[in-house]
Amino acid sequence: MTLNTLWFIFIAVLYTGFFVLEGFDFGVGILLPFLGKTDTQRRTIINTIGPHWDGNEVWLIAAGGATFAAFPNWYATLFSGFYLPLFLVLIGLIVRGVAFEFRSKDENPLWRSVWDWCIFAGSLLPAILLPIAFSNLVRGVPINADMQYIGGFFNLLNPFALLAALAVTLLMIFHGAAFLSIKTEGELEKRAKAVVRSTWLLVVLILVIFIITSFIVADVRQRLSVLPILFPILGALAILASGYFLRKDQYGRVFLMTCLTVAFVVLTIFAFLYPRVMVSSLNPLWSLNIENAASSFTTLRLMTIVTLIFLPLVLLYQGWTYWVFRKRVSGDEKKLTY
Amino acid sequence: MNVLLLARLQFAITIIYHFFFVPLTLGLSLMVAVFESIYVATGKEKYKRLTKFWGKLFLINFAIGVVTGIVQEFQFGMSWSEYSRFVGDIFGVPLAIEALLAFFLESTFLGIWIFGWERISKGLHLATIWLVVVGSYISAMWILIANAFMQHPVGYTIEDGRAVLTDFYAVITNYPIYSHFPHVLSAGLVTASFFMLGVSAYHLLKHNETEIFRISFRLASAVGLVATIAVGLFGHTQGQELLDTQPMKLASLEALYDTENPASLSILTIGNPVTHEVLLDWRVPGLLSFMEYNRFTGEVQGILPLQQLYEQKYGPGDYVPPPYILYWSFRTMVGAGLLMILISLVALIIELKNLYAKVPWFLKLLPFAVALPYIANTTGWILTEVGRFPWVVYELLKLPASVSVALGGGEILTSLIGFILVYGLLITATVYLMFKFAKAGPTLASESPAEFNPSLVTPPEGQ
Repeated sequence: MTLNTLWFIFIAVLYTGFFVLEGFDFGVGILLPFLGKTDTQRRTIINTIGPHWDGNEVWLIAAGGATFAAFPNWYATLFSGFYLPLFLVLIGLIVRGVAFEFRSKDENPLWRSVWDWCIFAGSLLPAILLPIAFSNLVRGVPINADMQYIGGFFNLLNPFALLAALAVTLLMIFHGAAFLSIKTEGELEKRAKAVVRSTWLLVVLILVIFIITSFIVADVRQRLSVLPILFPILGALAILASGYFLRKDQYGRVFLMTCLTVAFVVLTIFAFLYPRVMVSSLNPLWSLNIENAASSFTTLRLMTIVTLIFLPLVLLYQGWTYWVFRKRVSGDEKKLTY
Repeated sequence: MNVLLLARLQFAITIIYHFFFVPLTLGLSLMVAVFESIYVATGKEKYKRLTKFWGKLFLINFAIGVVTGIVQEFQFGMSWSEYSRFVGDIFGVPLAIEALLAFFLESTFLGIWIFGWERISKGLHLATIWLVVVGSYISAMWILIANAFMQHPVGYTIEDGRAVLTDFYAVITNYPIYSHFPHVLSAGLVTASFFMLGVSAYHLLKHNETEIFRISFRLASAVGLVATIAVGLFGHTQGQELLDTQPMKLASLEALYDTENPASLSILTIGNPVTHEVLLDWRVPGLLSFMEYNRFTGEVQGILPLQQLYEQKYGPGDYVPPPYILYWSFRTMVGAGLLMILISLVALIIELKNLYAKVPWFLKLLPFAVALPYIANTTGWILTEVGRFPWVVYELLKLPASVSVALGGGEILTSLIGFILVYGLLITATVYLMFKFAKAGPTLASESPAEFNPSLVTPPEGQ
């Protein structure tokens, strides 16, 4: 395996980590105003992801930084081409991050309500826009011979991308509800479980439609190999298994399955892409791939060493935080951290 | 619509805004860690209250620093895609390493620190804040390594029109790092000290929580004095380095139009920024040579000969960074710095001799002095970065060749207006909360049920 392929895998892993982890806290953020009827309930919901969301978000920043270092042309074309969606993602992440920290620091109900809706909007915006960006990578966008995106904003809002946005956002809400089911108690737990139960069928249907459509829209049929078939199948099995555990009332396993579903959906996108990183709809020769978008051998080798040392360390201490906060968050007002 | 101009404006606004919060994060995290260390060592409750009080203010500041930092990570690709293509092979590396080594560390352990008070042992909890401190310092180091490449590119070769890494060791030991990194770290401590002095003075005047705020005042005045002097010394080193590496920046910040030996230091120079015609020029002979060479002779090159030299080397164009911006940024920064040395010295004397009751006017001034480090940080940053003009990467890549090709004027105008609106609202909320918690004192900070937490009733299934 070449270093270029290895780096494609690293970046796939970073984005997968991001969508699995931040996926449920986006879901929790979207559900916040609807599941939390009282202020205490809303605080309880926030506290389920309180210690984690920031660390989860770093996966996106690390993925962005790794793309910059390993595939500068990918970073440059993608970020400048998808300018407005990424700007809106940034605005979402900004107001959301501040809202978590600020919302409980004042008693005023209006203050809290505004920040709660900031968490909602700040979770929903990236949950919609990031799938739009990723689905366009495989669908193909107008990239010219100079590696420049020339499609404009509305070209990105094609039906396939909107379907991806719908499917992934729903999946994140489902994923977030599954997380809340195992992290809350009493009334909140009941409501979260009700969301999981009532959305399951819808999520399965939309995901299946999305996967089938992606086989039609993307050029994957001309370049079939093992992984582009295996990953969607595993994803489908995971979401079906979540239904099985749902019926047995084992929500811890439901959550495990939603983690796997999200992971395989993201991995499917990357399997469809490989060895391209951005498909040009104008001319296949103008697509960006792991060779023409990459950094030098020296840089890739250096980054490989750094990543192999530090990524396991990150996994270890982030895993530890989930262990520290493994218990359910009590809805008892006196015990809540603000 | 001028995309380049808008992209520059957006970058300037977002980075200055971001750097408004970074120094306080760097400095205050260390102070909070010191208080918590004393608490763990002595078990005295007052140090826990100190930790929680300053910790609360630290968190408000940290949140906005983090979210505005994400913008920078994305903005290189969004608005400066051609720059990113040109330097990605080198510049992307410290950015990726920063995320991997520093951001994960900071964000993960800060999460535990906030929510883990009653959940993990005291020693472990203390370790988490120290890891946050280490994380933010590692972060500062890597971003300054990246910046050093823009100021003074090393360890690369040009292949197919882009810079390619040849010597990573040269990149991470690039000369500006040795002066910039300690300069920024001490600036962080200065910011935290003045922040602490201002808030403590406010409470001491009201005889509110005197014990708590005497301790804060003592730490802040001592650290403040050492750190303000350190900032000045490392800044002085940077000034001397300019002589060899960025003579145009030096000439512009001194408004020195002709080469001089011995070179004079400007007291007040007023000129036409476009024609470079000097209207008024009061200078002290030999003083600039002294600053640069530690003796009263030595040549310092002027703007006009340097402009000619650059035109010969790099073709026609404007190679003069706006002298009025550099000149006044430099003087504002140095002025604020000198004033802060004086203030922290007086503050330390007041604390050591217990003169609080005798000089209420000084205590009344201190809350206003909190503005000084912010003024110095901002002007210092402007000086360093605007002084690179017209180069994005010094003597290698110019501004027009860096901006995104795919970007339309409408897009960047939209985002610029969006950032200004959102940032404007956020600074309002931040300042409001800062004032609220700073004024309320330690009781509010520890009361708002900061005590943990998610009580452990039943373990979730599957575990």
